[in-house]
Amino acid sequence: MAPLLELRNLSTHYVSQRGTRVVKAVDGVSLALDAGETLGVVGESGSGKSTLALSILRLLPTAAANAGGEILFDGEDLLKKSAEEMRRIRGKRIAMILQDPMASLNPLFTVGDQVGEGLRVHEGTTKRRAWERATELLRAVRITAPETRVGEYPHQMSGGMRQRIVGAMAIACEPQLLIADEPTTSLDLTIQAQYLALLRDLQRDHGLGLIFITHNLGIVAKMCDRVAVMYGGRLVEFGPVRKIFDAPRHPYTRALLESIPRFGDSRQRLTAIGGQPPDLSALPLGCSFHPRCPDAVDQCRAEAPPETGVDAGHVSRCWVAPR
Amino acid sequence: MAVTRADRLTVAWRSASINLQGMPVFPVAILVGLGLVAIFAGVLAPHSSEVGNLGERFKPPAWQQGGTSNFLLGTDHLGRDVLSRLMFGARVSIMVGLLAVVVAGTIGTALGILSGYMGRWVDQVIMRVTDTWLALPALTFAIFLAAVVGPSLWNIVIILSAVYWTRYARVIRGEVLSLKEREFVRLAIVAGCSKWTIMRRHILPNVLNSAIVLASLQLGVVIITEAALSFLGVGVPPPQAAWGLMLADGKKGLMAGYWWLTVLPGLCIMMMVLSANLLGDWLRVKLDPQLRQL
Repeated sequence: MAPLLELRNLSTHYVSQRGTRVVKAVDGVSLALDAGETLGVVGESGSGKSTLALSILRLLPTAAANAGGEILFDGEDLLKKSAEEMRRIRGKRIAMILQDPMASLNPLFTVGDQVGEGLRVHEGTTKRRAWERATELLRAVRITAPETRVGEYPHQMSGGMRQRIVGAMAIACEPQLLIADEPTTSLDLTIQAQYLALLRDLQRDHGLGLIFITHNLGIVAKMCDRVAVMYGGRLVEFGPVRKIFDAPRHPYTRALLESIPRFGDSRQRLTAIGGQPPDLSALPLGCSFHPRCPDAVDQCRAEAPPETGVDAGHVSRCWVAPR
Repeated sequence: MAVTRADRLTVAWRSASINLQGMPVFPVAILVGLGLVAIFAGVLAPHSSEVGNLGERFKPPAWQQGGTSNFLLGTDHLGRDVLSRLMFGARVSIMVGLLAVVVAGTIGTALGILSGYMGRWVDQVIMRVTDTWLALPALTFAIFLAAVVGPSLWNIVIILSAVYWTRYARVIRGEVLSLKEREFVRLAIVAGCSKWTIMRRHILPNVLNSAIVLASLQLGVVIITEAALSFLGVGVPPPQAAWGLMLADGKKGLMAGYWWLTVLPGLCIMMMVLSANLLGDWLRVKLDPQLRQL
């Protein structure tokens, strides 16, 4: 079976106005996601995670442009779609939850209007029917008394409720793929746990493909089937979550995992990754991680490592590690 | 259904009535009073506003020596009743003021939203036109337009709208630029709403407050400009009654001691504009959340 989403060598570059500076925010990323699966995309700030998500939806800022590759969604290349075709795919077949769902609701409209908006835009549903569907969706995201809540305004809701409403909006048109860009960063831990459980249930009930962008490895371990680790715009390691957590191949992944505190850990200090995240407009020659890599050899400084298969579905970009 | 339409209306009414607190009573009373007079001028006016009796020229107001209770505020150089003319004048001022503000507001808001949301060359074109427009002195430009299209009540409305839409376009564009970056607009884009849907459903309702505040502040400016145009003879054509026109007619009599011909219409203009400005200030504080917190 063909995967639901497959990126082949996708590159997205930001070009400065005079064309003198090029920032390779996404550089040659290849990965795949099956229907009903969850893919975690991790990496530090500025590693290209969000740009990757926006590239898939073709909603890049004006300065950014696709610089090659393919985005195969359900067998079709999204990069070859017209603007109007893309608009019809957004929200209908690929939905997205933004970084700050708290501010994602229009203060002037009722919750019912907003949850039903997608249906009215994409399926021409009547106002009354959209309202009924909105009530059902609110129930699906476990909002109590949905019949009353549907007629209320965002300011009458708590943060956790607003978050779930945004979730309801995302699944309104029953999309095949849901992209969640750090949807829990603005929430406290209890609400975060509830919301993650909700997302997982929604995914199971609707058979969604889910792309979960985060820098929280704990969430990845709990939620995801596969992980893509990004560094400096490149995919450094990609594979099943168990394998990567048990036996990380890339030194960056290893360093990331070692920097998380664990309950009952006997070590006295956490290991930090030395150095600074790279400047994307002036990436070092060779492997972009080499200045911070403890295992770097001469080859790392001269030549970017190719993607190497480690196992079935597990790839890594490192000269040293696979050996 | 737990929430009926009637319930929602009650809630809306309750919040609306709370919002009236702190309303400036005097200005609103004056505006409402002038509005009622304007609407019922045909019934209230004791005499014709356009036809006078030359035998009754320059009668002073009733309380002065030589005045009669037949002409409470005196008569002008053609023997027309000043009170009746002031009443019909209110009709002109209010009608022109409101219509011009609504038309200018609609044009300006539409262009502002388009300019702010579409960006790129649309923004460039609209904003350069606006800049050019703003560089023209408003009154001179209005006089020029009036000379081209000729004086009539409807032409005045068109002229004033053509002169005053720029302020809206600028302010609304600025609002749109910041709204556009708000998360709910970005979510609407991600959810596949078309540009038009977003402008209509997400941008327009959120800039209406500013447009209304601006309109109320512009009302005074527009009324003054109308009076100025009428005063200069390129506004409402005689023998129709307009406050500016009455000022122009009365200025010759000022030296001869016929003060009521200029002071009274001047007072009317002043009260109207002052009330409109005070109301606008109150609305601005009330509707602008940032100012409200101060």
